[in-house]
Order: sequence, then C-alpha cells, then structure tokens
Amino acid sequence: MKKIVLSLLLALLPAISHADEGPKLDHVKIDLSDRASLQRGARIFVNYCLSCHSAAYLRYNRMGHDLGISNELVKQDLLFAANKVGDRMKAVMPAADAKKWFGVAPPDLTLEARYRGPDWIYTYMRSFYRDPKSFSGWNNTVFPHVAMPFVLYGWQGEQRAVFRTKKIVSHVVENGKPVTEVSEEKIFDHFALVKPGTMTPKQYDQAIRDLTNFMAYMAEPTKLERIRVGVYVLIFLAVFLVLAILLKKEYWKDIH
Amino acid sequence: MQKIMTWIDDRFPLTKVWNEHLAQYYAPKNFNFWYYFGSLALLVLVNQIVTGIFLTMSYKPDSALAFASVQYIMYDVSWGWLIRYMHAVGASMFFIVVYLHMFRGLLYGSHRQPRELIWIFGTLIFVALMAEAFMGYLLPWGNMSYWGAQVIISLFTAIPVIGNGLAQWIRGDFVVSDATLNRFFAFHVIALPLVLVALVFVHLVALHKVGSNNPDGVEIKKKKDAKGIPLDGIPFHPYYTVKDIVGVTVFLMVFSAIIFFVPTLGGHFLERDNFIPANILSTPLDIHPLWYFTPFYSMLRASTNQYTHGVLVVCTVLVAALAFFTKRGFKAKAITVIIAALMVLGLYTLQAKLWGVILMGSSIVLIFFLPWLDRSPVKSIRYRGALYKSALALFVVSFILLGYLGTKSPDAVSLFLFKNLAWGQVLTLVYLAFFVLMPWYTKIDKTKPVPERVTTK
Amino acid sequence: MSEDGVDRGKRRFLTALTAGVGTVGIVFAATPFVLSMNPSARARAAGAPVDVDISKLELGQMLVVGWRGKPVYIVNRTKAMLAQLPNNTPLLVDPFSKVQSQQPPYAENIYRARKPEILVVLGVCTHLGCAPSKAFTVGVPSGFGANWPGGFFCHCHGSKYDMSGRVFKNVPAPMNLDVPPYMYLTDTLIRIGSDKKKQGAA
Repeated sequence: MKKIVLSLLLALLPAISHADEGPKLDHVKIDLSDRASLQRGARIFVNYCLSCHSAAYLRYNRMGHDLGISNELVKQDLLFAANKVGDRMKAVMPAADAKKWFGVAPPDLTLEARYRGPDWIYTYMRSFYRDPKSFSGWNNTVFPHVAMPFVLYGWQGEQRAVFRTKKIVSHVVENGKPVTEVSEEKIFDHFALVKPGTMTPKQYDQAIRDLTNFMAYMAEPTKLERIRVGVYVLIFLAVFLVLAILLKKEYWKDIH
Repeated sequence: MQKIMTWIDDRFPLTKVWNEHLAQYYAPKNFNFWYYFGSLALLVLVNQIVTGIFLTMSYKPDSALAFASVQYIMYDVSWGWLIRYMHAVGASMFFIVVYLHMFRGLLYGSHRQPRELIWIFGTLIFVALMAEAFMGYLLPWGNMSYWGAQVIISLFTAIPVIGNGLAQWIRGDFVVSDATLNRFFAFHVIALPLVLVALVFVHLVALHKVGSNNPDGVEIKKKKDAKGIPLDGIPFHPYYTVKDIVGVTVFLMVFSAIIFFVPTLGGHFLERDNFIPANILSTPLDIHPLWYFTPFYSMLRASTNQYTHGVLVVCTVLVAALAFFTKRGFKAKAITVIIAALMVLGLYTLQAKLWGVILMGSSIVLIFFLPWLDRSPVKSIRYRGALYKSALALFVVSFILLGYLGTKSPDAVSLFLFKNLAWGQVLTLVYLAFFVLMPWYTKIDKTKPVPERVTTK
Repeated sequence: MSEDGVDRGKRRFLTALTAGVGTVGIVFAATPFVLSMNPSARARAAGAPVDVDISKLELGQMLVVGWRGKPVYIVNRTKAMLAQLPNNTPLLVDPFSKVQSQQPPYAENIYRARKPEILVVLGVCTHLGCAPSKAFTVGVPSGFGANWPGGFFCHCHGSKYDMSGRVFKNVPAPMNLDVPPYMYLTDTLIRIGSDKKKQGAA
C-alpha cells in the first residue's frame, strides 16, 4: 500500500516542474515589499508605458494605497490620463489611434507579469537593438519584429545585436540514402553598446528592475496580503488540528 | 429542548433521519486513510457551490465583459481574489479528491456486488463533474478558455453525418462565441449543479441502503449481535464524525497552503495563457486542457491512422480467437463474429479522429462496467493475488503518465527515447487493457482466504 | 465498543472546545464572503465627490445631479420661500433638525444649508426611497389645498416635505430628507460628497 502511494507521488513530480522554452531570459529578483523600488517603477510605468498601454484593472488610489503614496501625491505626480484618483489606469492614447500608428493595439499590461513572467519583461526591456530593416527602426531579441518602438532609448542608448553563425549538421535519410545536410543559423550572441544613453548600463538595469517589480505588483496587488492571511489561516488550522486529534483519540478509546 | 424535538418529530422525522444516517448508522470500524475522500468530496462540493454563488454576484456572462469582470473580482471586490482562488483551486482539488475516492473503490472492491449502483451513481457524478469543469473553464474567457472550448467542441465534428451540425448546435454559433459563453454559464451555475447534487443524494441513499464496504471487503452485516447491530460496526456519529474532522482539517491545510501560497500551482491550476483575454486570432502555443483532463486528452491524441489500424487488427484477431477457441454456443460465436466484422468495417469507413473520440469515450464508459468486469472471488486488494496488484499498479502508472504527457506537445520527447505520442499510444493500451482483460486476470488470480471479521492492526 | 472508564468530563470539555474553536473558524471563513458584498472599489470610485457649477441656477429653480447613484436636489430659494420656513414649525416632525444622522452639523438650522438661499438635499424619500417631486407652487394652484406652503411631494406614498426638505406630520415618511456632505469651492461651485479641505478617499 505504502509503495503504491509513494510511486504515485514520484510519478506526479515531473508534472509539477515547469519546463521553459523560448529565448534565454535573465532572472530578475522581485521584491514586493521594497516600496521605494515599487514607487520608482510606478513612476516609470505611468510616465512612459501608460502613454500607449493601459493597466485598466488597477485604480490609481489602490496603487497609491498599496505603495504608500498619498492621494494628493498620486494626483499631483501620476494622474495624467485620468481625472479622479479612483479611476482605472487607462492609456493616454486612444486604442484606435495606436492601432493606426503601430499596426496593432498596444495590449493592456495589468496582467502582463502573470502572463509572460517578470523575467520576460526584465529581459525584453533590455533587449532592444537598432535594426534599420524594421518598421520602427528597432528590433528585439526576445520578441522579434515587435511593433513597439524603444521608448527608453534615451536612457539605455543604442545597442547593436551581435550574432554568430552556427553550423548545423543534420543527418537525414533521403530517398533511402543517408545524407548529411549542413545549414547555418544566426544565433544571438551579445549586445554591443553603440551610443551610450543618459544612464550607465547598471543604472538602466536597476530602472528596469524597478519597472518589472512594479509590474509584478500590478499583476497581483493582493499577493503580500494573500501570503500574510495564509500564514494566519495555517496557524489557526494547525491549532485546530491538535484539538481535532485529541477529540478523535478521546472518542476512539471506546473502540477495541 | 426535549419538547421542541417532540414537536418537530411529530411533523418531520428529524430524530429518525439523524439516527438512521448518523447516530445509528453503523460503519465498519476499520476505515483507513482512503475513507476520508468521500466526505472531503462533499466538502469541496459545498466549497464550489458557496464560492460559485458569490462569484456569480460579480461575474458577467458576456463575451465583451467576462474577462474584465473576472479581473474586477480580483482587483475591486473586497476579498474577491480569495473567493476566486478558492473556486479555481477548488476545481482541481475536487478532481484530486474524486480520483482518490475512485481509486479507493479499485483497492477494496467497493464497486462489487451489492454496491454496483453506488458505483454507477458515482461514475455519473464523475461524468457530470467533467462537464461542469469543462463549462466552468470557459467562463473567465481567457485565451486558453476560448481555445480549449474550441478544440473540445470540435471533437463532435468527428461524428459522421451529424457531427458538424451537432457542434454548431452546442456552440449556438459557427465558432465559440458569446452565445456559447452564455449557455455554458447557464449549465455551469444551475443545470449541472442541480444534477450533481441530485446524484450525490442518490449516491448516499444507495450507500446507506447497503452499508459501507471496508478495507477487508468483509460484509459486516453478516455478523450481528443480539440487538441486530453489526459486531464490527460503530455508529458513524460520533466516531467517524470526529475522525472526519481530523481529515477535513488536514485537507483544509493543504487546500489553504495552495490557495494562499501557490494559487496557480506553477500554471497547473490557473494557466498563464488565461491571463490574457480570448483572442480569436491567436491560439496559445501549447494548448492542452487542465491537468484533470489530460489523461483522457492523451488518449484522444493517441489515435492516429496507423495506431487505430493496429489496435483494431489485434482486437479483431482476439475476438475471432475467442469465437473459435472457446466452448460457446453458436449464438455467442455469431455475435463475436459480427462484432469483429463491424470493427473491420469501421476501420475502413471512419476517420482516425472519430476513433480517438471513441477511444476516449470508451475509457470512461468502461468505468461503469467495472462491477461486472471484476470476476475475483474477493473484494479487497489485501486478499488478491499478484496479478490484480500488478494490473492496478500498471493502471495507476499509465493514468498518471497519460496525464503528464497530455500537458506536453505530442512531438516532444519527455520520457526516455520515444515521442510523447508513442508513449501515449502504449499507455492508452495499458489503460484499456486494465478493463478489457479484467474478467480474465481476476478469474485466474490466486487469492488469499478472507477473514470472517474485519481486521484492525 | 465499551464506554467503561471513560472520563466524561474530559470528553465533554474537548467536544465543547473543538466546537468553540471550530465555530470561530467558520465565522472567520464567512467574513470574506460577507465583506465581499460591500460596495467594491468601483462602486466607491463612482461614489467620489461631484463638483457642480450653480452659476446658471436661477431663483426658484431646481437642479438635479447624480451622486453615488442618487439624485441630489439643488434649489436656489427665493426670498418668499425662505420667509415661509419659520411659519412651518408647528406642522413639522423635526423642525430644528435634531436627528443628527440626517444632515452634517453645518445644516442643523431651519434652512438646512450652508448658505440660506441654496438648498442641497438628497432626493430620496425617507419612507421607502422614491424621488420626491418638486411642489414649489404655494396654495390652491398646487393642488394640495390652500394651506400648502410649498415644498416636495413624494408621489409613491404621499409624503410631504417643506422647502428645506423637512418632513410634515402625519405622512408616511419618518424623517427629514438627507443633506449630503458638501462644500463651496467657490461662490458658484459646489462639491457634493466631501466637506473637508483635504480630500480623502471618498
């Protein structure tokens, strides 16, 4: 019996591990309790992202409350796209105009960190490079041919993507005969900073980390509360479990 | 107090019901770990109904509003996030509990005579639950919701002649649309819950008529004392109520730990692709149902043309062999030959897609027939031989692996050298063989003598 | 099964304790569900203060604006209307606005207003919540008899209020009309829903 249970659990293990595919992403450390970082991220988001993207499920006053920014400060510093602090964070630019200019409507970003994951956002925002062939003049290694122009290029500067070619040798069977095919593939290697921006690479990474941190907060504003409540719930249940076991043992004294 | 009770009892059989189903309902005294999952399933059902009612207060069954209304619950409604997580995680927990509850039946022969009807009602609950979960999954109107529904409803198009019309009838449109969402909402919040509750009721009525089985598979009603009380029975209340409180608390700790610390369980309980609204122009890259459907999904995918050919040829040969090498009457032989002929005919007229649906359908239909497929003289695994034990182990492993493979792309290689598709095909056979070969291996299996009374360690 | 040597007291104590703690747990578990039925962040945002320009409001006229999904009546009262108010006293249930929940402190006067001329009241009958109609015409032409001093009339169940929204005796409504919190941002701009200089979460 125990063996069956054990093998059940073992078989479940691989199902729980998550396999990632796609481009290699840089890891970013998310700290939702770092209010200073969240506030800096909020500022970047409202000033740059919110011009085109909405974050329509979050309200300004909720954000202010969670990040420790007073309603007056929210109104003064962050309220460009709305009238009231209780409003949702809508984009400045109407979606229809954006679609006309960029070809696609910029997606709502409230849940982006839950959809793509923080690492994706962090890497994506640091992976724009000059590409004259592209419509906006920019391309991205994480999201090739993305319609979004690189808004923060003043900060990061201009970088060039350096590719290396890799020979791919594959053995295939064609018409019953083994054939060796050699093809070349362009693989992204690294970025080279061509024109520095107003920030050093380190400062820029920090700014993007703040932005990513904020977007992780935005995707689930209740996360810290959720964990806090969870601890209390589990403590309560643990106490109750002790009582329940004592009660069960007491009654089961009757059963021989 | 006594007066009030008399007053009520004169008008409503409260004391009688209490006694018959709790205080004087005698359950075997040797229930073990596996006997928690029945009451836990009831608990999860209540959780789903209560959280569901509160979600319905803020949810909008409209394709233009549904996704935003779910986010409204998550962002704007006080404690809405908790209620939504309880419902979403609860759905997965429901299946975990029900799968374990069904496995208990296989372990101890709870489906065997005289409990066949309990098993059939239970399997009906399982089918209704699958429909309930499938329809509920569309409601958030995320991209995975949308494409999941699109794919599963398209299964019906495999049925010859009426397939396309049937799929359109289910959707109420030519694609999954607002009409589909609205009717799924109606089924999910009222029609299927009513069916579920009614089925749970008859499941329990049938159980209390014959009494519970136990890990020894012994009928406790055969040995009674002078008062007619089973010697190995103890009143459900207080003994099993206090025991179930312990089980419920442990379960709630696991449930809460998931809700509060890992509500998406790494994308297995809430998928990443459901955090963006339904997009009719873009299918998620890896599309698969939630984990509780993936075993069946794997079987659906397993049927390619070659595979169904192979399976059918083998089946036909087996049927023919049965017809000619056993001592049966002419009638029985004629029927087997006709079945074999029909299968060969089907092989050349039906698409592989339909065979996939048939395969998946039979994987569920076979569950209903378990009480009659099992020919062993004993019920409990404790007194069964190596054959049944190995068959059950293989079955469990195949079910779990099918579930795992169902979450992966069919062309990828997740286990050893073979593609997921090939593994799925092999494991589907293992799953089906557990049922189809059961009359044979349970009959020839060596069994141990069953004790007269239940055993307690 | 036998109950020999059972400590009944201990058993009763454990049962009571577990039941007690379990009840506490159920109350805790029920709380989020009860609270979830309160106005959501959206409803609270919709309940945010409303600014109303009254520069175009003529003498004797009424303006209706929505605030928190309720009608707010703003009336620019004439001299005659104001002069009539003290005469209504014997006919009224609460002539001096003693029921404190019905108005902010600055409206606890016979005008029930910050500035006597401008009346700001919720157009919600205190009986069962209908919106009373204006019945500003005095005397016989009003249809309420020669003694009608002008005011509001609720057509649902016949409750009557005077020009300050004060309820008359012998009508179904028990209390005066509510005066919402409000303030003058300028002489002609009223903010309804807030009366504090610093605007908090409404």
